[in-house]
Amino acid sequence: MPPNLWLIYSLMLKSRLFEEAIARLWHDGLISGEMHLGTGEEAIIAGVVAHLREYDAMALDHRSTAALLMRGVDPVLILRELLCYPDGLCGGMGGHMHLFSKEYLAASSGIVGAEGPIAAGFALSAQQLHLGAIAVAFFGEGAMNQGMLMESLNLTSAWNLPVLFVCKDDGWAITTQSKKVTGGDLNERARGLGIPAVEVDGCNVFEVWEASHSAIERARSGQGPTFLHARCVHFEGHFLGFQLIRMVRNPIREMPGIAIPLTQSFLHFGGVALQERLAGLKVVLAAVLATLRDPRQDSINDPLWRARKTLESEPVRLQELEDQVENEISNVISIALAEVPL
Amino acid sequence: MRTMYFSQAVDDALAQAMADDPRIILFGEDTPLLRRNLLVRFGPRRVRGAPISESAFLGAGVAAAMAGLRPVVEMYMVDFFGVCMDALLNHAAKIEAFSGGKWTAPIVVRAPCGGGYGDGGQHEQSLWGWLAHIPGLTVLVPSTPLDAGGLILAALQHDGPVIFLEHKLLSETWLEFLGSGARNTVHFDVPTEGIKSTVPQKWEPLPIGKAVLRRAGDDVTIISVGVGVHRALEAAQALEAEGISAGVLDLRTISPLDKTAVCETVAQTGRLLVVDEDYEGFGLSGELSAVVLEAGIFCKYTRVCTQTTIPYARHLEDQILPNKQRICASVRQLMQ
Repeated sequence: MPPNLWLIYSLMLKSRLFEEAIARLWHDGLISGEMHLGTGEEAIIAGVVAHLREYDAMALDHRSTAALLMRGVDPVLILRELLCYPDGLCGGMGGHMHLFSKEYLAASSGIVGAEGPIAAGFALSAQQLHLGAIAVAFFGEGAMNQGMLMESLNLTSAWNLPVLFVCKDDGWAITTQSKKVTGGDLNERARGLGIPAVEVDGCNVFEVWEASHSAIERARSGQGPTFLHARCVHFEGHFLGFQLIRMVRNPIREMPGIAIPLTQSFLHFGGVALQERLAGLKVVLAAVLATLRDPRQDSINDPLWRARKTLESEPVRLQELEDQVENEISNVISIALAEVPL
Repeated sequence: MRTMYFSQAVDDALAQAMADDPRIILFGEDTPLLRRNLLVRFGPRRVRGAPISESAFLGAGVAAAMAGLRPVVEMYMVDFFGVCMDALLNHAAKIEAFSGGKWTAPIVVRAPCGGGYGDGGQHEQSLWGWLAHIPGLTVLVPSTPLDAGGLILAALQHDGPVIFLEHKLLSETWLEFLGSGARNTVHFDVPTEGIKSTVPQKWEPLPIGKAVLRRAGDDVTIISVGVGVHRALEAAQALEAEGISAGVLDLRTISPLDKTAVCETVAQTGRLLVVDEDYEGFGLSGELSAVVLEAGIFCKYTRVCTQTTIPYARHLEDQILPNKQRICASVRQLMQ
């Protein structure tokens, strides 16, 4: 059965509009702490979540909004949680990095790599209590260097657990380029532990859907875990207010605060020889230049733009769908923002 | 004399030590960006970025220290010790004892701690009591930039593992990185006395294990650490109007505890209030009562601590973390 691209596009659009609203509320100071958005990874989430059914579980990272929304968790509850209301999804206790839905067997964590053991446990439970159900783990490529995730790959392989490991690879481990701190190839790493690895374009929802379809069917039929490696671009970097993105977007405001102490320190007496200092400067500049070159604004890296392209042959239907989703999300925002007594 | 913000002071003292001692190296996640000013002065061999592999790089730091380096290992947050505790619990803390006192691991582990900016219970814990529980670890929690610079220098000269905790509400860089994200639409209850200090041209190490009396008082002794010291000072100021004289002792070091200072001040007032942002049960607050009891000092005792998982919602968080109102109420209770 081919994917219902209309349904998938509407999930992606819903998530995008919802998260853009979250970003505005965060900038307005109505949401506290850090805020990691999934804008840019919608194709990966939608392409996987579209396959999930009753008793399937999700182990989510600190960027969990899109997956919860697409799985069916009430976005009003999510937003009221972020806005600190007692009737939010977790009673105002969890916040955006610690969103939980027992109903949908979905648990998020702010600890990088924790998705590995969580998915393994959900899958173990599925294997014994709901045969045919599976667990999905969503995580970034930075998490692939975390011991507990590597151990979980091995554990699920050895125990033949029904897990789909989804590595959302944006090339950045927080503010560090992943290639600078990662040895070898991630797909080979999974294969080395006896887990089949599939490489897909994470901006192409059709590709993600197809690959996860086979992997999930494989897991449901008792053939064990699969590693899905999907590249994507996060439009807001690691989190909102990300320093490197701020610097690129508003260099006049941001540069002096960075460049002046950097220069003073570079020239400071005491320390290593000039050659070593230059090597250090090169490391800093490389991170900045990589951000400048980062193709965040290229349409080709926007999964929504790509998915929409495939639907443009039916402009009237597309317009109707987009209007409907926009209305739905703006309703969600107004309901969520409505004051209720604390 | 110069004035400095909290993390600026730590970095400045660290730079002074790095210029003097080529064995000092620095690594952790995102260190090249977060400590870019040190990177361009000391080069990529001494300031390096690590993968998100805390067990590996913290464990490596311990062994590198055993083999002659003086590593400063940065953890993103004290909460993340949860993923790599083995390196501290079973290795760094044990080497000296296991080797019959012949071998130590002079590593400094630097980590932000504490809450008050709405990041939720997995990113805002204090955990110094948990760390100090382990024999063999030195745990420092400065409350001003001046102390922070002096104590990091002492940590670097110490011949054993030291955990150096920086409270995020006091650190200008961490609060911006994790709390505001450069927004001017959010506000935090930042204690102004703790974020900026006059500091010396050349840093001198402060003694480890030495508390300081921030405010003298005849009626009650409030003992605290980190941001709690500033909350206690605010409360003591407010209580003055009610005719209550409250003293505030800033421990600065959790382990080893300055038992002499604790006992002396409590013996003078006969009333002890512990203000501890860390969890209430089985921690610093209970330890202080034991220290006093063991010394045979009779006193009235109570505590203001964090009792539950820290809520994400700011208004709930403000009630859970020690605050001026709770401290004042507890002092009044002691005075009854």
